[in-house]
Amino acid sequence: MVTVFGISLPALMGQLLIGLINGSFYAMLSLGLAVIFGMLRVINFAHGAQYMLGAFFAWFLLRYAGIGFWPALVLAPLGVALVGVVIEKVLLSRIYNLDHLYGLLLTFGLALVIEGLFRHWYGTSGQPYSIPSTFQGAFNLGFMILPKYRAFVIVASVIVCLTTWLLIEKTKFGAYLRAATENPTLVQAFGVNVPRLLTLTYAIGAGLAGLAGVLAAPVYQVSPLMGQNIVIIVFAVVVIGGMGSIMGAVVTGYVLGLVEGLTKVFYPEASSTVIFVIMVLVLLVRPAGLFGKE
Amino acid sequence: MAGIVTIRARIRRIAMAAAAVSALVAHGAHAQEKPGAVAGKISDGVVRIGVLNDQSGVYADFGGKGSVAAARLAIEDFGGKVLGAPVELIDADHQNKADIAAGIARRWYDADKVDAIVELTSSSAALAVQQLTREKKRINIVTGAATSELTGKQCSPYGFHWAFDTHAMAKAVGGALVEQGGKDWFFLTADYAFGHSLEEQTAKFVKSKGGNVVGQVRHPLNASDFSSFLLQAQNSGAKVIGLANAGMDTSNAIKQAAEFGIVQGGQRLASLLVTLSEVHGLGLPAANGLVLSEGFYWDLDDKARAFGQRYQKVTGRMPNMIQAGTYSAVLQYLKAIEAAGTDDADAVAAKLRAMPVEDAFSRNGKVLANGRMIHDMYLFEVKKPSESKQAFDYYKLLATIPGSQAFMTVEESGCPLAN
Repeated sequence: MVTVFGISLPALMGQLLIGLINGSFYAMLSLGLAVIFGMLRVINFAHGAQYMLGAFFAWFLLRYAGIGFWPALVLAPLGVALVGVVIEKVLLSRIYNLDHLYGLLLTFGLALVIEGLFRHWYGTSGQPYSIPSTFQGAFNLGFMILPKYRAFVIVASVIVCLTTWLLIEKTKFGAYLRAATENPTLVQAFGVNVPRLLTLTYAIGAGLAGLAGVLAAPVYQVSPLMGQNIVIIVFAVVVIGGMGSIMGAVVTGYVLGLVEGLTKVFYPEASSTVIFVIMVLVLLVRPAGLFGKE
Repeated sequence: MAGIVTIRARIRRIAMAAAAVSALVAHGAHAQEKPGAVAGKISDGVVRIGVLNDQSGVYADFGGKGSVAAARLAIEDFGGKVLGAPVELIDADHQNKADIAAGIARRWYDADKVDAIVELTSSSAALAVQQLTREKKRINIVTGAATSELTGKQCSPYGFHWAFDTHAMAKAVGGALVEQGGKDWFFLTADYAFGHSLEEQTAKFVKSKGGNVVGQVRHPLNASDFSSFLLQAQNSGAKVIGLANAGMDTSNAIKQAAEFGIVQGGQRLASLLVTLSEVHGLGLPAANGLVLSEGFYWDLDDKARAFGQRYQKVTGRMPNMIQAGTYSAVLQYLKAIEAAGTDDADAVAAKLRAMPVEDAFSRNGKVLANGRMIHDMYLFEVKKPSESKQAFDYYKLLATIPGSQAFMTVEESGCPLAN
């Protein structure tokens, strides 16, 4: 059998595929962060909490209304986006003219409050959310067992990332957004409602986190702590990709998923550290990130 | 968050001060009626028991507020008074940090006249508080921490270990599963001291019964995605995949193992530290087929069922072995005070070592010289959804391991008190 550094080639391919699945989550989450930072210049530390909210909203819908996975895939992110609207209108919109640090502190505090409340109500061992019946079971690819749901996650994340990128780079709405970031006063003078644009952007970012949360619900335990674990990694992804760069966030998300997957095979102990090592190296060589503008 | 904690602590302190004042007033009135009735036997005229554990972090469902409720039931069952003095319960969240745990314990012992601290989830917190308890000459009874060090090299004349320990879990799961044909093991181990020692102890029993370890993978704490490790375990051809981790790591590993069809594929999944709380959180569709060990299950016999149902009325859940163990620890502590005729720590510790432990939690229980309470341990398999007839009907009993076999002997433990 062909081996690479003592690992058989099929096993290695299996691990790469799994890395790609994790990369899909990183990409979707860092995408939302990048959108928010790029347009609002807010470092959204509540992103992990919004991801958790997405998963919990899906669980609420199933538990209390009997609404399954597919409608939840639309409804739960909408719910999270609504929460985002409230947060932006009530809190964030007051601090745009202050230093970035205030946005970071505010959202960090929000994350602690939201996660604390859910921990108080639902404990820490998490709630079960089963895989939708369409995707029960697994493909036997010969070299690995690929659960059908995981395959779906890859496809879904690619679609979401592409759509968001198209929305921002290729549509009129996206053009307004980008213009408003460059020069809000001028865009306002042309009759565009800039504050509403900002609210909408934050809602989209939060909604993306919520969507990732719904997709994660069948894979991970729906737990108040689920966001804490992933948000730090996602921040590293965004920093490596270049703060605010959408393309950077997406590409880096997938690539780092792969790198992490490989680390899990060759030196699993380092798998939680490898992303931060890369972050340090990238910051030393290119302080603005791989895709960031100097 | 720090602000909220201090405010809560302040409110609690004010409440406790108010309680202390009213207790003093009540005590004064009482003393006037019957002078010297309580004095001398019970220090400060009240027995105060503190439940110190994780109430907001990863182990909040492991013991958490449930342990506080269980302790309250024990006091209620004992009648709320011992030797004529009222029994009071206080509790606090140590946030899984040893320094916070030690700080709260110090305040409890010095300022709040706490006589005993129980529960103590998280090994580092338990070891820190046990050390302090020894200095202050009070009593601590650990139910929520795993390390066998508590009654090993770091044992204390005033320290007791009640529900389980790493040795008992390793022996019950490792030894018993090999006997049932699970010869080849692959370990999924949390990469820190707890995981390593659990893996090491289990591997020892697996090998001593003629099994072998075909591989292992060390994962970082809070890894959340286990698919890569599970794939390695699946390809290893091992009969049993042993999970030497705890909390969310275990839950996520079990859930994802179901996704990869590990149990359907004929491999067995064995967790070295998982309780009814986590199984409840996972649900049977994800957890069925999992093999695990606990020192208690609510559906074991009538005594256990009666306690389980009472506990469920208060908390809405069935207790796991940490919560039921906390009930047993508090009850036995009060029995020991009554038998000793005083709450003096030396006298109570001597009684705790001498008395058999027979209650809703413990069958054939007794306390060894090193402070280890030995009792029967059980090997369970989680039922399939179709086999479960009611809520919390989760376990099938595979084997009962007598306490004398499950736990270390005093000599094996290396506790210096043995000599």
